[in-house]
Amino acid sequence: MQDYDVIIIGGGAVGSAVARELTRYRLSVAVLEKESDVCTQTSGRNTGMLHAGFLYKPGSLKAQCAVEGNAEFDQVAKELDVPFKRTGKLIVGFSDEDRARLEYFIERGRQNGVPGMALIDRQRMDEIDPSAGGNFAIHCPSSGILDPFIYTIALAENAVKNGARYHLYTEVTGADRLDDGRHVLHTSRGDFACRWVVNSAGLNSAKVSDMLGIPGYVIQPVKGEYFVLDKKAGAFAKIPVYPAPTAKFTFDTHATPTVDGNVLVGPNSFNVEDGEDYSVRQSGMDGLQESGARMFKHMKREYYIRTFAGARPKHIDPATGEIQDFLIECRDDVPGVVNLVGIESPGLTSALPIARRVVGMIREREALVPNPGFDPVRHGIVRFHEASREEQARLVRENADYGEIVCRCETVTRAEIIAAIHNPLGVCTVNGIKVRTRASMGRCQGGYCETRITAMIREELDKAVTDVRLTNGNSYMFTGYVKGGGQA
Amino acid sequence: MTHRQAVIVGGGPAGLAAALRLKEKGVSDILILEREKLLGGILRQCIHDGFGLTRFGESLSGPEYAQRFIDRVEEAGIESITDCTVLDVSADKVVTAVSRAHGLMQIQADAVLLTMGCRERTRGALATPGTRPAGIYTAGVAQNYINLQNIMVGKEIVILGSGDIGLIMARRMTLEGAHVKGVYEVQPYPSGLPRNIEQCLNDYGIPLHLSHTVVDIRGRERLTSVVVAQCDERFRPIPGTEEEIPCDTLILSVGLIPENELSLAATVALDPRTRGAFVDEHCQTSVPGIFAAGNVLHVHDLVDFVSLEAEALAAGAAEYLLTGSLPACPLEVKAGQGIGHVIPQHISGTRDFTLSLRVRQPMNSVSIVVRQGTQEVLRKKMRKALPAEMVQLPVKVARLTTTADMEVYVE
Repeated sequence: MQDYDVIIIGGGAVGSAVARELTRYRLSVAVLEKESDVCTQTSGRNTGMLHAGFLYKPGSLKAQCAVEGNAEFDQVAKELDVPFKRTGKLIVGFSDEDRARLEYFIERGRQNGVPGMALIDRQRMDEIDPSAGGNFAIHCPSSGILDPFIYTIALAENAVKNGARYHLYTEVTGADRLDDGRHVLHTSRGDFACRWVVNSAGLNSAKVSDMLGIPGYVIQPVKGEYFVLDKKAGAFAKIPVYPAPTAKFTFDTHATPTVDGNVLVGPNSFNVEDGEDYSVRQSGMDGLQESGARMFKHMKREYYIRTFAGARPKHIDPATGEIQDFLIECRDDVPGVVNLVGIESPGLTSALPIARRVVGMIREREALVPNPGFDPVRHGIVRFHEASREEQARLVRENADYGEIVCRCETVTRAEIIAAIHNPLGVCTVNGIKVRTRASMGRCQGGYCETRITAMIREELDKAVTDVRLTNGNSYMFTGYVKGGGQA
Repeated sequence: MTHRQAVIVGGGPAGLAAALRLKEKGVSDILILEREKLLGGILRQCIHDGFGLTRFGESLSGPEYAQRFIDRVEEAGIESITDCTVLDVSADKVVTAVSRAHGLMQIQADAVLLTMGCRERTRGALATPGTRPAGIYTAGVAQNYINLQNIMVGKEIVILGSGDIGLIMARRMTLEGAHVKGVYEVQPYPSGLPRNIEQCLNDYGIPLHLSHTVVDIRGRERLTSVVVAQCDERFRPIPGTEEEIPCDTLILSVGLIPENELSLAATVALDPRTRGAFVDEHCQTSVPGIFAAGNVLHVHDLVDFVSLEAEALAAGAAEYLLTGSLPACPLEVKAGQGIGHVIPQHISGTRDFTLSLRVRQPMNSVSIVVRQGTQEVLRKKMRKALPAEMVQLPVKVARLTTTADMEVYVE
């Protein structure tokens, strides 16, 4: 049985941030992730927004963590090599009711310590982004956009660099205690023992909490659907544009440029029973077309390149149905467990602040010895597309694989794909390559590069055709060879 | 930076035909840039026959058709670089390309020939509802796997869209032992050629369901089923007509889009009807010295016409290169009633040229009329006109005036 000091259940942004922060100390750390990669669920299925923190109740963990995470992100992005732009954000209004709500949130932002928020008129909006809808807006300069896949991957890779171990395809199915109080976690890949368990299971956090001996929490998955728009639409979008919050203080459909130059339109928001059902509905798409056009004037069918959906694990009070704050607890009656429940938006922004609070709870209960070898720096794959012409010429001279373009739409080279195939986490799916390199994320959606990428996965990892997977579980790409076929 | 008279972006059927004709016309300094390992473009994966009936009077496979041009390109000593992707074309005709062997190259060209072909429309562009599991392929991607890599993509197949590649793949996968359950087409008529409906579906007993589309895709890991429904005349699914069809593979053959990202970088103006460049009768785009032909200009039905169009381009490009200019083309050609699109969009009125067009919907016993002002230039009677079939109309200068725009319409 594998034995660790700390096991984190769930390798999303928060679980990976916890793993990374724990490797600052002399601890053996493992992450158990049930899927094929670290960002296939909530951490990868969102807007990629670095939130400012004006939406949340003053004094709440959501407010504290968002403001803290926002303030430090320039440094974090640099340290972990994460694509990030501090774009600011517009929260736009059309009516007097909207205006009153926007004013309320400026005050709330002030209380939470969000810097620089101001109400602006249409003229000033046009200077910032003429493609934005609305008659007036809050301008919040501290908001930003980041690549949620790369951020999660970067946290995980940095954790691995500093000694953490990731176990993919490893689903926790139950938990017991040994006589000495240590945990035994039963998983789809055998049993694991540990002194500490951190529950960072996102949509399944209530279920895992129950397994660990803390029953009673309720997670309500709230699903949202999105459109991804072509970079041709992205050329118009300068800044994330959100509508004025609803009466329940949630945001409806927004339009957000991505760090790579696309536009995300969404999400809508509705309760579901199964948070891991990521299908999109026709009615949802129809709604987004209409509400998206209110936020972004270039919401056109010709720009659609993909749809997707995600779900926020909202922690609700079962009696009132009310949405609760982040729950971060370490209870004396259930020792050796740090429980994270209902980590939803602004979870990405809050990942490191939450992780530090988790470490703090463990440190209150046992002395932690610093890891002198800890290196906070992670380098990502050098992207040909982002290099200047001079740098591109140098890259090809030094490594001929940089001279072979595999993904035409996103200009991703063979060198980048090979680096991604041999990633530190050992992820070997087609989607794993996609989120690490952007290959097949463009307008042809893999029409040109997918055949090349699957061939490279087979060659580099010596895989049979029937072992190539798109993403999670048994998402096999091929059924075998043609009649009388064999290796092409 | 090096210098070339003519740089051809793309060594598929259009690029190869253009290169040969340019050389014949006396242009010696030609470079073809091709992103694949071999010349031939998409023809390399089209191993079925039926190519070359118009041009060569015999039925060739795609690779055979391409090889006839490749052999002649090699005999003529025309230079090409394969495994080489063009990254940028500027309005002043600087071509930036990269390859393993040559590194990053910048080439100043006197003329740039855009022959990049087209790409397939995807499920994302359709925004089809449902999950996003493994097992959804565009027809061309499936064709690449099966014909070039010998890999089978699935066993129980549903095909959405009746484009030619989808029809070809219905037959191909059947021959490989897969069960093609049906082809679903949202329009009330097929979008592929009648001969492919006959030879690829009817001959194999594969049902074609017109006015149907896929309204849901199911399965979280691998595709498990699709839901199809009948559509009304505005392509909206009719409630109550849904039917779930278990399958592990969905093939999409829902349209081709000219691949004009480099054209846009070069500030070439595009026609929203064709999604290719606006061109004149010499296939010159809105940027002087930049030309376009083949599927990058408008999607063709037959490769034979791609070759012909590329040769017309080469004649224009050669004249441009050797004399320094081309006649002005101030007259506009408008696609009128019943016409989907027409190429070229501008003419001089002083030379012969060929109109290429498609009608909007299937029609019986109609005439295609070409008119300049009050003067009828041409009238072609057609017993049957189908959007799937491109119409080519040679126009003689003797019938033209230089004073009026041209309109093409169906009567």
